[in-house]
Amino acid sequence: MRITQNRRSWAWPYVLFMVLLVVLPLLLIGYYAFTDPQGGFTLRNFLQFFHKQEAINTFIYSLAIALITTIICLLLGYPAAYIMAMRSFRTPAVMAILFILPMWINFLLRTIATVELFHMFGLPLGEGALLFGMVYDFLPFMIYPIYNTLQKMDLSLIEAAKDLGARPKEVFTKVILPLSVPGIYSGIVMVFMPTVSTFAISELLTHNKITLFGSLIQRSFGEGGIAMWNYGAALSLIMLIIIGMTSFFGNNDTEDINR
Amino acid sequence: MTQKISIDKRNLWERIAGQGYLWLILFVLYAPILLIIVFSLTKSKVFGNWTGFTFDLYRNLFTGYDMTAQVRVDPNLYRAMLYTVIIAVVAAIISTLLGTVAAIGIFHMRQRHRKAVMFMNSIPMINPDIITGISLFLLFVFIGINRGLGTVITAHVVFCTPYVILSVMPRLTKMNPNIYEAALDLGATPAQALRKVLIPELWPGMISGFILSLTLSIDDFGVTFFTKGSNGLETLSTFIYADARKGGLTPELRPLFSLIFLTILVLLIISNIRTNKQVKK
Repeated sequence: MRITQNRRSWAWPYVLFMVLLVVLPLLLIGYYAFTDPQGGFTLRNFLQFFHKQEAINTFIYSLAIALITTIICLLLGYPAAYIMAMRSFRTPAVMAILFILPMWINFLLRTIATVELFHMFGLPLGEGALLFGMVYDFLPFMIYPIYNTLQKMDLSLIEAAKDLGARPKEVFTKVILPLSVPGIYSGIVMVFMPTVSTFAISELLTHNKITLFGSLIQRSFGEGGIAMWNYGAALSLIMLIIIGMTSFFGNNDTEDINR
Repeated sequence: MTQKISIDKRNLWERIAGQGYLWLILFVLYAPILLIIVFSLTKSKVFGNWTGFTFDLYRNLFTGYDMTAQVRVDPNLYRAMLYTVIIAVVAAIISTLLGTVAAIGIFHMRQRHRKAVMFMNSIPMINPDIITGISLFLLFVFIGINRGLGTVITAHVVFCTPYVILSVMPRLTKMNPNIYEAALDLGATPAQALRKVLIPELWPGMISGFILSLTLSIDDFGVTFFTKGSNGLETLSTFIYADARKGGLTPELRPLFSLIFLTILVLLIISNIRTNKQVKK
């Protein structure tokens, strides 16, 4: 139909916009990663990374910190989401809002306040503070998607399982948990992605004592000057691969959004 | 929401334990925020140092002048506030317009094309700030654009528009396509049909997309950091970061964020009471 034909063209400005400002810039990361400052092809940037034990250690350490943060968030967040979503606990509806509310305060300021909290109790700033701060910053991102899937769950399925003789434990492991998997996936992605790539939070929480991979990238673009951009781009490309793998893992969720 | 199917009568203790767990987590989540609010009521320069109850910092924040120290409150703070608002409002308006028009176009696309565009749409949502920031930084450098207000707003539009599309799309799916055609059959011009039929249908989605964009823009740090350039342009996020790295946090940030937090708390409570009333009706 004519209308449909005309309407289709309405998407073109946006498609052009996205190609120019999303696809092209990502390709540029690849371009810079494989060239030297003069623009010639080179693998030096990657070799520089793989030959520097320190950089590799930082990379592995960042992955580990992000993984541990994600696991802690899941262990703390799932029960919270479950208690909020199951009507039998009679959780007031405001509770869900209370969990999102802290996100309205600038996360850097919250991080600084966390640092103060550690100071007040005389706790040292280091790995512990880093993990606490990361969990603190990203826990709502784990709770919310899980809460959403649990809430949308068809309750008659649970009742059916009960009627058919499932014990409470079985109802959970065989019905509720499998049905909440999409929420868990997107929760994991939403926590893992920002933690693995953060640079500001770790700097503030450890007073620069611990360097994460994100800081390594940021520094090569900040203090390093033009000479370091290509190296920074190579590190960014490595980060992009991690991100790509993670989002592939959480693919169920993006398909859900597209529908 | 009114249907109350109780799955099983959980015993009282289980419920108390569950609620207690939630409150414990909430307490930890709110502890740093409470700390900010508490220390907004004392005037010590150093965060965490209590020097007696006073509203001085609030007065300083509003007058822009520190009476005790006889100095002006850092003017960069006000500039950062102003830029944060300008960037958020402009980026949210552009994102909402661009996103709504794009959503209508994408909705009418063939399945295969729609999938491809929606995949592209999901890239900025999946990408962490640092990647979006660096990739745009490289683009601006590559084509030789000076970084500043324009590049920051452009960058914010990049990561806000996908969310607008996602909030407008469901309204399009739910809409009865015949209404628009009926308007045309009844003699409305396409422009009139657009204004009187399509836009009102999409309005709620546009509003939530707009609010989401405002939130994302105000909260952003990573993308702004790489696209703001070095001409002294700061938003609140980058201002706080620079401040914290220097060592001392501008004390007036404490009352500022306490006020922001309390305003949002009140707004959310009001909207919650309203929706509850509507449900009861």
